[in-house]
Amino acid sequence: MSAAEFDMVIVGAGPAGIAAAHEAVNVGLTVCVVDEQDAPGGQIYRDVERVAMERAHDLDVLGADYKYGFGLVDGLHASKVKHFAGHTVWQIERDGTVWCSDGNKAKCIKGRRVMLATGAMERPVPVPGWTLPGVMTAGAAQILMKSAGMVPSGPIAICGSGPLLLLIADQLVRAGANIAVLAETTTFADYVRAAPHLLRALKAFDYLQKGMAMRRRIKAAGVKIVSGISALEVVGSEKAEGVSFKAGAKTHRIDASTVLLHQGVVPNTQATRQLRLEHLWHAQQHYWYPKTGRHGSTEAAAIYIAGDGAGINGARAAEAAGRLTALEVACSLDAISRENFDLKAAPWQSELDHHQAVRPLLDAMFRPPAEILNPPNDSTIVCRCEEVTAGDIREAARLGAPGPNQLKAFLRAGMGPCQGRMCGLTVTEVLAAAHGTSPAQIGAYRIRPPLKPLSLAELADMEAGDSDVTLGSPSSGP
Amino acid sequence: MPATTAPGNFDVAVIGGGMIGPAVSLGLLERGLKVCILDEGDDVLRVARGNFGLVWFQGKGFGMPRYVEWSRMSATLYPAFAAELKSYTGVDVGHAQPGGLELLLGEEELAHRRHFIGQIYQQGGGKEYEVEFLDRKQVEDMLPGVGLGDDVVGASYSPVDGHVNPLFLLRAMHTRFQQAGGTYLPHHRVSAVKKNGAAYDLITEAGTVSAPKVVIAAGHGLKQLGPPLGLDIPIRPQRGHILVTERTKPILPMPMSAFRQTVEGSIMLGVSAEEAGYNDQVDTGTVAKIAERAARTIPALRELNVVRTWAALRVLTPDKCPVYAESKSHPGVYAIASHSGVTLAAVNAKVASGWIAGDPAPEQFEAFGVERFDAQKTA
Amino acid sequence: MLKRRHNDGKVVTITVDGETVEARAGESVAAAVLAHTEGATRTTPVSGAPRAPYCMMGVCFECLMEIDGQPNRQGCMVRVTDGMSVRRQQGARDMETSS
Repeated sequence: MSAAEFDMVIVGAGPAGIAAAHEAVNVGLTVCVVDEQDAPGGQIYRDVERVAMERAHDLDVLGADYKYGFGLVDGLHASKVKHFAGHTVWQIERDGTVWCSDGNKAKCIKGRRVMLATGAMERPVPVPGWTLPGVMTAGAAQILMKSAGMVPSGPIAICGSGPLLLLIADQLVRAGANIAVLAETTTFADYVRAAPHLLRALKAFDYLQKGMAMRRRIKAAGVKIVSGISALEVVGSEKAEGVSFKAGAKTHRIDASTVLLHQGVVPNTQATRQLRLEHLWHAQQHYWYPKTGRHGSTEAAAIYIAGDGAGINGARAAEAAGRLTALEVACSLDAISRENFDLKAAPWQSELDHHQAVRPLLDAMFRPPAEILNPPNDSTIVCRCEEVTAGDIREAARLGAPGPNQLKAFLRAGMGPCQGRMCGLTVTEVLAAAHGTSPAQIGAYRIRPPLKPLSLAELADMEAGDSDVTLGSPSSGP
Repeated sequence: MPATTAPGNFDVAVIGGGMIGPAVSLGLLERGLKVCILDEGDDVLRVARGNFGLVWFQGKGFGMPRYVEWSRMSATLYPAFAAELKSYTGVDVGHAQPGGLELLLGEEELAHRRHFIGQIYQQGGGKEYEVEFLDRKQVEDMLPGVGLGDDVVGASYSPVDGHVNPLFLLRAMHTRFQQAGGTYLPHHRVSAVKKNGAAYDLITEAGTVSAPKVVIAAGHGLKQLGPPLGLDIPIRPQRGHILVTERTKPILPMPMSAFRQTVEGSIMLGVSAEEAGYNDQVDTGTVAKIAERAARTIPALRELNVVRTWAALRVLTPDKCPVYAESKSHPGVYAIASHSGVTLAAVNAKVASGWIAGDPAPEQFEAFGVERFDAQKTA
Repeated sequence: MLKRRHNDGKVVTITVDGETVEARAGESVAAAVLAHTEGATRTTPVSGAPRAPYCMMGVCFECLMEIDGQPNRQGCMVRVTDGMSVRRQQGARDMETSS
């Protein structure tokens, strides 16, 4: 099978991917961006072109930070960047080979360097009832505003923690949605813990200002806000009918037809795991991130990572990191000198520093609560695809399953269509608690290709005729 | 971490928590022995997690009639073994013995298979060998609604063949092992086995475990552990690939050597055999070849989504037949090596365990020793 | 259940389990179905439990639907087109055989 070849193959057309593509083309590299969606922007700027040009009323609701993305993606079509839109990557090899599919046909693309910009996903929130229809992530509600101009008809319960939770509540308020409650798991202690980081965060005062303004607006709109909640449950049998939670001594039960859950975002590590790169555990934010060196380089010489996929820092930081990684790649291919690199990199490095300044404060303030990381209720579903509960996992731990991979074999957790995306972190946490050790010691699922399901036909039609493999087993003959 | 204490007082220490170790251990526990299993950690070479799940008879034992008998014996013992596991643990390992097919594409494959199966029959000296050949029409009748590709000319069929859910089998054996009083020690990778008086010390990072008898059922680990114990067995890794599809409604009524529908509904597609050293990464070219053959054999498979591909390393001896051997220089140290951990689980639990416990060796074992490799070396 | 804030987009007609539904150009199949219906958009192959889209960004696989005859597609990753036929995925898919 023949492969298209580029100096740099970028996986993901979010802020890191697009910024890197622009930067790499500017210094003369041949570049392609492979992206699952048919329009650039990633999740953060999803459908921004369409909204900017056709749906001005939604642009007002989504705000200036979203609108900013239009400037970033707008130049992509006119540039020399080859954009493989609507192409799902299903396997990446360490030598820079990227296998993808346009939905009908498998393709092979080769990069002298590959930059992964696969971004973040929302942390799964395994509470009782989270699999019921009517329960979504808060990010899903935001995507519906971006991609379809839709809001839940309400009443809506918004539950959890994190900067994005406030942003989405604020956007929903502006969209005129019927919000029954904003229930935050964040407690006063979280704010106290975060205080020492305030000074550094003042360097990014704009972030803090925005956060405070959002809170004021949500309150002013008359939304009921409850803080320091625990024992969150979604109530309902065939679909969500409301939420219950504790706050102080009181148990609340609030009717809602839509429940939006959120506990921050975590790097999407499927691709970096499939590459068997080393991953580190973020002890404060409880997520895995791939180990990177200078400007996104990794232990595999051809593979680089930029943006939230390498650790959560937000869209603007991702953009700066993408540019720095592109320059680093250019340097490694001798397209620019190290001196030229220093010159070009300086403004992006200070941009990156600015946007990272607020992160220690946010990381300390918005920590996922223990009951989300390790669901106390044995009947809570952890693996949504295979319907494996927290109790099942604890039972397998008693059997001695030392880690997620033996557990997967025992219980099928992580073997469904989502391939462990929705249960991986929780499985690690539950096993760590059961064995009395740290998640870093427990490890994570080994991720195997394809990264997303693809039809047997696509594999069968790849014309792998040059492969000298023998089919059969020891019982099929000599 | 799980218990890292190294309790003593074991009659038998079994190295390896895959398919062979737990099976043999169950039989040892049944005989009232105190048994521990020493296992590695989580993300390690685990042949037991890369299984296709066939309880397979046809085509095994070429050049070694004793292996034909041994495979048949396991298939015969399987229903009771599976039922017993279910009654004790509640885990249904999904065993079924509806017979199995090897589908053949084109006259050349058919002729080749006829010759191969014929040789196994003849080496048995006229004893019954339960494999027959079916023409295309007969295969179609056995697989109603499956829709065979144009190239399928027929199949070899054996009523002895069956299948099982290998992952549930693994879980059931582990569950039963602990229920019956066995001690499971994960994170105990054995670096060496040393004679210490009447017993052997098994050295691990987590501590030393001692027992008078040691069973090495460590898959590829035997390569390192065996030679100092007089068990220099020429095993090598042979990589095999498996593809797994999304769940579908039941369509395949029986297992085939390259297709098997699990009780959950996924269809597993196989299989390949490559020399790739200890590299267990998935190779896209091999995956494509398996897919291409699968699509040619059963065209309707084309529409199914593949959700997972997998490569694992068979433990292969030069003659593809198993090893059951006690060390001459280190009596009480046993090695078991085979790529058929699933097929042989029942006979390992019910018969091979007795040999380790002290019963006379089953007559088949005359063929399963290590001497046969010495002959090959000098030949 | 979702509602459109504005109804000024280009109308695209699809069918959901045979019922004619008006969607708007640019919407994902998952969004269009959620704007039309409340409750489950699929049942699981494991226990038949009711499910509906959860992440809307292609990672959770809860929005699996049969789109133009193709089972188990991610409804959040496909945009509606005129005349598209959508069915809720009920449990495991079928395998369409020729015989």
